[in-house]
Amino acid sequence: MSIRLHDIAHCRAGDKGNTSTLSVIAYDEAMYPLLCRALTAEAVKAHLSRNIEGEVTRYEMPNVGALQFVCRQALHSGVTTSLTIDPHGKCLSSELLEIEIPEA
Amino acid sequence: MVRIGCGAGFGGDRLEPAVRLLEDGALDYLVLECLAERTIGLGQKRRMHDPASGYDPLLERRLRPLLPLLKEKGTRIVTNMGSANPLAAGRKIAGLAGELGLDITVAVVTGDDVLSVLDPEAPSMEDGRPLSSYGRILSANAYLGADAILPALQSGADVVITGRVADPSLVVAPLAHHFGWDLGDAARVGQGTVVGHLLECAGQITGGYFADPGRKDVPGLADLGFPFADVDADGNCVLGKVAGTGGLITAATVKEQLLYEVTDPTGYVTPDVIADFRSVRIAPLGPDRVEVSGGTGRNRPDTLKVSVGYHAGYVGEGEISYAGANALARARLAGEVLHQRLASQFPDLRVECLGGEAYRYGFLEGREPTREYRLRIVGRAQTQEIAEEIGREVEALLTNGPAGGGGARKYIQETVGIVSALLPRTKIAHQVTVMRSAS
Repeated sequence: MSIRLHDIAHCRAGDKGNTSTLSVIAYDEAMYPLLCRALTAEAVKAHLSRNIEGEVTRYEMPNVGALQFVCRQALHSGVTTSLTIDPHGKCLSSELLEIEIPEA
Repeated sequence: MVRIGCGAGFGGDRLEPAVRLLEDGALDYLVLECLAERTIGLGQKRRMHDPASGYDPLLERRLRPLLPLLKEKGTRIVTNMGSANPLAAGRKIAGLAGELGLDITVAVVTGDDVLSVLDPEAPSMEDGRPLSSYGRILSANAYLGADAILPALQSGADVVITGRVADPSLVVAPLAHHFGWDLGDAARVGQGTVVGHLLECAGQITGGYFADPGRKDVPGLADLGFPFADVDADGNCVLGKVAGTGGLITAATVKEQLLYEVTDPTGYVTPDVIADFRSVRIAPLGPDRVEVSGGTGRNRPDTLKVSVGYHAGYVGEGEISYAGANALARARLAGEVLHQRLASQFPDLRVECLGGEAYRYGFLEGREPTREYRLRIVGRAQTQEIAEEIGREVEALLTNGPAGGGGARKYIQETVGIVSALLPRTKIAHQVTVMRSAS
């Protein structure tokens, strides 16, 4: 069985230059271990591969029941020079929430 | 205990939440954070045309309703609205206060402008290329810290105005001033930086940019209240907002903001400290009241980050809509026509199809077709005249392109790119200039 990330977590996208930060926060901290198991840096990079060209680093934040993904070369050269409709990559947060992760 | 509110989270933020905070928030300090990365580069360009300009274009509109309340409420303002010309901003505020019949002092923090000492051949932090290779350099501003703001607060000024400073420092400085913190106390300054980071985007912690109907519902977004923090001598705080305003503060809104734009939660670098968010505790106390404690940090870095603005040319852009029968095929054809006519002139050209998942793809690739598409084409040029070609070509589709295109629009924007460099602290000298309103 798989579960859609949107059902168990929320996400906010941030930007620094050409780096996108994506927080994934469990609604219920009891779901945090599942996030740690299933939502790897590789899974995030693969799901957002159309945009993320660089490395994805995952930080575990058990104190707030969240994972922080730091995605390099993810904003089409960066906020100030990107020609895309969404230079900040704000839409990446909702797109990440569409990912299906294995439940067990 | 000291209460610090945040009445603006970016330059274009709503004006009235700050007034509400000042009127009913019983604040000691009101912070207005209005400076995005490229704002100073744009301000520097305005200043070249008019030496009395270059500060935040909304300065007067934002401050006019606030200044008359400062003495009555016992609140002081700390803001980075000085942008590319803090001294001119200070004179403007003093003049405005005089016009309003107010006796107010303004302390201006300068020293962030390091254009004259920056080596244009220094490597950028982004990819090591020399700064000068990106384009004509317009501005170079170091992120100053709480140590630069502190003397301005010590002067007793009602309004402290800066150019480029790190956003959390706008909060750390009043905390250090109020409690007499040693700025070398990395644990306290680390937790103070957590408070500053949580407040700096204003409405983003009170339910702004949070709502996802059915999952994360937020009441009263049209009347969002902005936040304040009641901070104790160790930097621990309780976040709140004025009763009766819209929005909400919950553990979830605080967590989203805690991690927002943080590229390393184990070492969040500011001029004041390298803050560590791994020990932060977030505890809801009641409706719209959340306690935040436990942040810490390591000693501040020896270098300061410098944000360098460069001329990145002109971006020309055009849009046109296709809807109804065969809409996608007509939008695609329009995109092909534009590409054919413009690609040779614009090496940096992008065609997107809104409604077709434009933010991910240049063009829709066969998922869930909708009934309405907006074609967008955008390209970069060295001159405005060339960039204007793009909009003209989009408009020309009205009589030359596929059937049924409508709502053509065109835009031109001058762009300032940003790269970063590091500068030793010893190269940077900050000063404070105090001004008094002539009433």
